[in-house]
Amino acid sequence: MLAYVVRRLWQTVPTLLGVVLLVFFLFTWVGGDPAYLLAGKISNPEQIDNIRRQLGIDQPIYVQLWIFIKQIVSGDFGVSWATNEQVSDIFLTRLGPSLTVLVPLLVVDTLLAIAAAMLVAYLRGSLTDRMVMIGCTVGQSISILVYIIVFQYLLAYRLGWFPVQGWGNSFAENLFTFSLLPIIVGVIVSLAPDTRLYRTFFLDEINQDYVRTARAKGMSETRVIWVHVMRNASIPIITNVMIQLPGLLVGAFLIERFFSIPGIGREVLLAVERSDFPVIKAVTVYVAIATMITNLLADLLYKAVDPRVQLK
Amino acid sequence: MTTATSHAESPGLWVLAWRRFRHDRVGLVSFDIVLFFVALMAASWTGLIASDWAREVGVSNAPPTFTGPKVASARLEHAAAPEPLRRDKSDESAAVDPLAGVLAEIRASRPPAAADTEIVDPLADVLAEIRGRSGSASADETRAATLIFGGDKWGRDVLKKTIKGTETSMFVGLAAAALAALLGTVFGALAGYYGRWIDDFFNWFYSVFTSIPYLLLILSIAAVLNQKGTMTVILILGLTGWTGIFRLIRAEYMKHKVREYVQAADAIGASHMRRMFVHIFPNVSHVVLVQLSLHVVLFIKSEVVLSFLGFGVGVDTVSWGSMLNEAQTELLLGNWWQLAAATAAMAMLVTAFGLLTDAWRDALDPKLK
Repeated sequence: MLAYVVRRLWQTVPTLLGVVLLVFFLFTWVGGDPAYLLAGKISNPEQIDNIRRQLGIDQPIYVQLWIFIKQIVSGDFGVSWATNEQVSDIFLTRLGPSLTVLVPLLVVDTLLAIAAAMLVAYLRGSLTDRMVMIGCTVGQSISILVYIIVFQYLLAYRLGWFPVQGWGNSFAENLFTFSLLPIIVGVIVSLAPDTRLYRTFFLDEINQDYVRTARAKGMSETRVIWVHVMRNASIPIITNVMIQLPGLLVGAFLIERFFSIPGIGREVLLAVERSDFPVIKAVTVYVAIATMITNLLADLLYKAVDPRVQLK
Repeated sequence: MTTATSHAESPGLWVLAWRRFRHDRVGLVSFDIVLFFVALMAASWTGLIASDWAREVGVSNAPPTFTGPKVASARLEHAAAPEPLRRDKSDESAAVDPLAGVLAEIRASRPPAAADTEIVDPLADVLAEIRGRSGSASADETRAATLIFGGDKWGRDVLKKTIKGTETSMFVGLAAAALAALLGTVFGALAGYYGRWIDDFFNWFYSVFTSIPYLLLILSIAAVLNQKGTMTVILILGLTGWTGIFRLIRAEYMKHKVREYVQAADAIGASHMRRMFVHIFPNVSHVVLVQLSLHVVLFIKSEVVLSFLGFGVGVDTVSWGSMLNEAQTELLLGNWWQLAAATAAMAMLVTAFGLLTDAWRDALDPKLK
């Protein structure tokens, strides 16, 4: 087990190096000279030289790469170009609001999608199944933007059930007042594709021989579905949820922007708008690392769920 | 397919697939809808329809015709007062350059040494166009109180805008998917066919790209390029979106390269390139086709989000994303029609494309269920 973890971590080194190189060259070569971006309208040659020296971009390229790697290892990406805030502080303060919205969103969405998928898979071919599938297909084809715009307008602006946007200071207020509508919208958006996907997982299992055997020996339908089928179908479901995790952190940027939630996604958008390279670089590298770690965790989880899985 | 005993030609993959597809009613209807959208795109692109989408034919925020005249007259009164009907104000038809003052200041304050580089007014072209248009359009042009699908803030026809937006969004989706499919197929073919270190290299490349979440990768490239435009969006989406296709094509090539027909091709002296793209490729092309149409949908959705956020198509181009962006503020005033038009057009195309993809998959790969 430990040997497996160590080997997997060792295998991520080249990938991580690739991510670092990709980000580095993207921002160094494609991005142009950041000194001009930074100096802005009022620029003279001395100022630009000054900025270049501060950023270290008057150094040869390998020195710059070394600086970048040191930044990643130490977690110190310097200050944001736009706000002069420490990049690490930005992440630490924005992580809380993001998680306040995303964790309940993911939990509610996964539970609802599993229940709905189980139901339609059990009733496969019936009218209910077909209606739900058509609903999912059409629902999926509408842009997430439309859901957010319409729900915010109807439920918050028109009916006043929720605050239109905003963020408070206490956790309870944030969770039960400001996060409710974003969570509802997020669940509605992700429910359709997840239900469709999980339905195929359940259908794969429900036709297997072991299901027939379980029924033949007189097991109750509830137990067959919720214990036998569920356990086998949970493996691809876990993969799907784990794959979503790191992307979710940034992926909810639209929700965070519309509802003015001071989370990481909104920070990324702001950084892109302001050409705030240190923030974007830091996010990209750390989210990539997070992705690799969750992939490893997903594999370890398989082992826990399915003893047949051999870790090698 | 391999057991043709007589000399009668056995039907190929595409003939068989077409026979199966012909009986798929949902697939055929979706195919017609997609064809309709493609025709719309072509007609709009060549300027046959909606070439005058930017003309302000209606009053500001003209409602759709079927909502009735009552709403319309109320809007008209409202609009007649201080509303920003751009061309009705005579002083605005002169189109004053808002940058003129700033530019003069810059020119005056510059050291004479730098005088050989000229400072260009970035708005000059746009202004010339506006002046030309306001000159040709008569000032007493009658504006319609209602339009079929309503009008936007400037009184432009939403129906024509939607057609123009369809052109942009579909073109971006198709071109980016074509680019992604090309990259994915070439990389996948090389990796799967040659194996060994080439495979290792492309796999490493793949894992680098997939370990950064898709949207984050798109956003950071958008941040670096820092320029808007249709081509930029196509490049961003195409250069980041090849990974899924690569994975599948690589697996197909690994499967096919050991088959007998490839060995036969080797025996008659076909080169590697010929074996890869003339012999094997037709046998995996159905995978590419299905992936292509899957990615068109994905890229259309991404383009809409990018343009909405302002990292997408340029400001003078209309796409579904930029329409949704305008619609967001319009909705607060109760003007829902632009939102509805863009949403309906997009939902229709995306649904049809999705169903068509399923139908193609069923027709091309009957073993898969």
